[in-house]
Amino acid sequence: MTAEATASRPSRSGLRWGRLLLSDYAVLVLSAGWFVGVMPLAPGFATWENLANLVGGMLPLLVVATGQTLVLITGGIDLSVTSTIALASVVGARVMSGDSGWLGGSVLAVPAGVAAMLAVGAAVGGLNGAAVTVLRMPPFIVTLTTMMFVSGFAIWWTQSRNIGGLPAGFVAIGARTLPALLVALGVAGAAHAVLTRSLAGRWAYAIGHNPRAAFISGVPVRRVTLLVYVACGCGAAVASVLYTGRLEAGSPVHGQRILLDVIGAAVLGGTSLFGGRGTVVGTAFGVLFLGLLDNSLNLLNLSHFTIMMTKGAVILVAAWMDTVRRRLDTA
Amino acid sequence: MIACRGIVKRFGGVPVLRGVSFALSGGRTLGLVGENGAGKTTLMNILGGHYPPDEGRMWLGGVPYVPRHPQDAARCGVAFIHQELNLFGNLSIAENLFLTAFPTVGRLPCIHRGNLRRRAAALLEEVGLSAGPDTPVERLSAGEQQLVEIAKALSLDARLMIFDEPTTSLTRQETERLFARMGQLRVRGLSLIYISHNLEDVLRLCDDIVVLRDGEQVGGGPRAAFTVDRLVSMMVGRSITRLFPARAAPVSAPPLLEVRHLTQPGMVADITFTLHRGEVLGLAGLMGSGRSELARILFGLDPFARGEIRLAGRPLRPAPRRSIRRGLALVTENRREEGLCLEAAIADNLALVTLAAHARGPFGWLERAGLRRAIEGVRGAVRLTPTAPDAAPASTLSGGNQQKVVLAKWLLARPAVWILDEPTRGIDVGAKSELYQLISDLASEGTGVLVISSEIEELFGLCDRILVLSRGEIRDELARDAFDRERVLRAALGERPRPGVLS
Repeated sequence: MTAEATASRPSRSGLRWGRLLLSDYAVLVLSAGWFVGVMPLAPGFATWENLANLVGGMLPLLVVATGQTLVLITGGIDLSVTSTIALASVVGARVMSGDSGWLGGSVLAVPAGVAAMLAVGAAVGGLNGAAVTVLRMPPFIVTLTTMMFVSGFAIWWTQSRNIGGLPAGFVAIGARTLPALLVALGVAGAAHAVLTRSLAGRWAYAIGHNPRAAFISGVPVRRVTLLVYVACGCGAAVASVLYTGRLEAGSPVHGQRILLDVIGAAVLGGTSLFGGRGTVVGTAFGVLFLGLLDNSLNLLNLSHFTIMMTKGAVILVAAWMDTVRRRLDTA
Repeated sequence: MIACRGIVKRFGGVPVLRGVSFALSGGRTLGLVGENGAGKTTLMNILGGHYPPDEGRMWLGGVPYVPRHPQDAARCGVAFIHQELNLFGNLSIAENLFLTAFPTVGRLPCIHRGNLRRRAAALLEEVGLSAGPDTPVERLSAGEQQLVEIAKALSLDARLMIFDEPTTSLTRQETERLFARMGQLRVRGLSLIYISHNLEDVLRLCDDIVVLRDGEQVGGGPRAAFTVDRLVSMMVGRSITRLFPARAAPVSAPPLLEVRHLTQPGMVADITFTLHRGEVLGLAGLMGSGRSELARILFGLDPFARGEIRLAGRPLRPAPRRSIRRGLALVTENRREEGLCLEAAIADNLALVTLAAHARGPFGWLERAGLRRAIEGVRGAVRLTPTAPDAAPASTLSGGNQQKVVLAKWLLARPAVWILDEPTRGIDVGAKSELYQLISDLASEGTGVLVISSEIEELFGLCDRILVLSRGEIRDELARDAFDRERVLRAALGERPRPGVLS
């Protein structure tokens, strides 16, 4: 714009490369490249069976990461999603289980179980949101402590045992690809629509950019912030429905290891940890890339730890790109 | 001391500086003026070693000066006193002064605290700052922080000091003190470059003046050759015949905003005034006199203990959302922190206040065509630069255009009462005159405008009536035909007006 504004920008060709690397579709291109590159190396990779398995595994992650994206856009973070998944899982199982559940065998078991799981998500999210908005505490420490408490509670309550005997109707939601696909795409699609087309979505971005300016401009900052934490908790609960179905058991340690994947997928997809920036579509690409990475490295017979190292490195690069992107935009 | 000849700089083929030349000897001050985007900052960045010129040469103290990076420039004795202060608020004065070169204990990697404190104290005495070297910088006023910056430059043996808009956040008193300090630096033989939008200050302070317009040096020479009017017309390229629009004195209009005995301990005391329909009411006073505090209380950002506010005859309990619904608009003094989402798109900034009006149904789906039409309309109304696309972040706009965005987002809400806190701070003359016209138009359309400004000339040109605040109280009230610089200053300094003046 002004002379000052153009001052620290790189040259034109540099900018073009930068744009490609930093565009919203960079991760999709990267995923496609990875897919093509790995195909000849891993024999079982490009089979229908493997791909269906791959997609099935990605769906719950997509749902949690979508909720996380909402929170990140407002400049917050929710570290408690994994423990919310675990608590919702065991609460749902306690309600539905044919062996020991309160409503075991009843026709109401499945709807009541799912409702209870969603209630757990909303409650944990509401707790986080209230601490952040009413008590004005930093989201990182709030959700870190919620994570510890909720996770500890889930394990203590179940004595660290899985709860089996879930109704077939419930298991089908998560274990069969089609229903899981519908649920996950429904959640992601709804979140995408809210972010791009609705008042609350645009407000969320404004809060992420500058909560002070948003407040003075009449944005109900507290209400919107509370809402995104509740939505994020509910997202974790829906993901819990899918995970629990896939495992056919309620487990108090469900999702314990996916926290990095959740935040990593969002960041890979261009969501900024500084707030104000991010899309559900980008997050979906991030989930896709991490899923491909996981699956293909597994097929290449790499150990769990090598995979962890690789994923860590990839997410680190993504976080670095986030920083570069900010610098390019404000230059 | 410093000389530049034929400095040319292009960014992506676009020339930003087209042949700038000047020479400045020791003990003299050069004033650099120009609108935002004229190339002042680029020139300073070249001097500071941030990037090299495409053409042209520079000399410092008689030898060619080719700084490769900012540290190079600092080593050569070129120091910057920036508009935004570059100090660490959480560190002490002494730590800030020696951040890059802490005195050590012998050759051990330990800081010699005693030595640090002693040397810092000596520097502080030199610049006339009475605070102790261990004081955290965040406890200092803006003016005192500026002195710390100067002390820092002195500690680096600066030969050339460049002041980039140093007075924007200073009170008049602090400004005077800064100017006195600058006089002493000149006596010591330093060369100074002074960049400012305040042309009166430039004329008062500088020996020579260089005027830039669109990267071109359109004028230069000793101070005696210039007047404020001449500088303005050179900067703008056309003569702005009247900076301020003509104001028709409003005939006794109905009251719009009535404030009665408004009190908040430590901020404002017993404030009573009435703002009428179609009136521009100025709030004068020194920094800290309670002007901004009053604005924030009226809008609902800060609470008040006692008193009453009535808007259009009905009582108002201010809180941002409620105030906006009742027709209040607040343009805060710091648009970067509170006015804009700098990294968000221009269109999103414009839409922010009125977004809810375009939401439909229980889920608040936005009616995007209408929103786009509204944004396009208001862009024209404030004459926002047409070259900036709606999707570009607001940070890419110049200060004047950023301020237009802030005004435009409120304009969409069609407020009845505008509260403008330093609406023209840090923006260039051309944009200022457009904003004045806009404010005047708003009043003619029947809204009430409350303007806070530190520039008395601005209030005189713009307002129908001025209230002068001091220590949270209204000390004087002047109607347009009684505007008097001295009287405003006296009241601002806390003197009681002669009896019978207050209505």
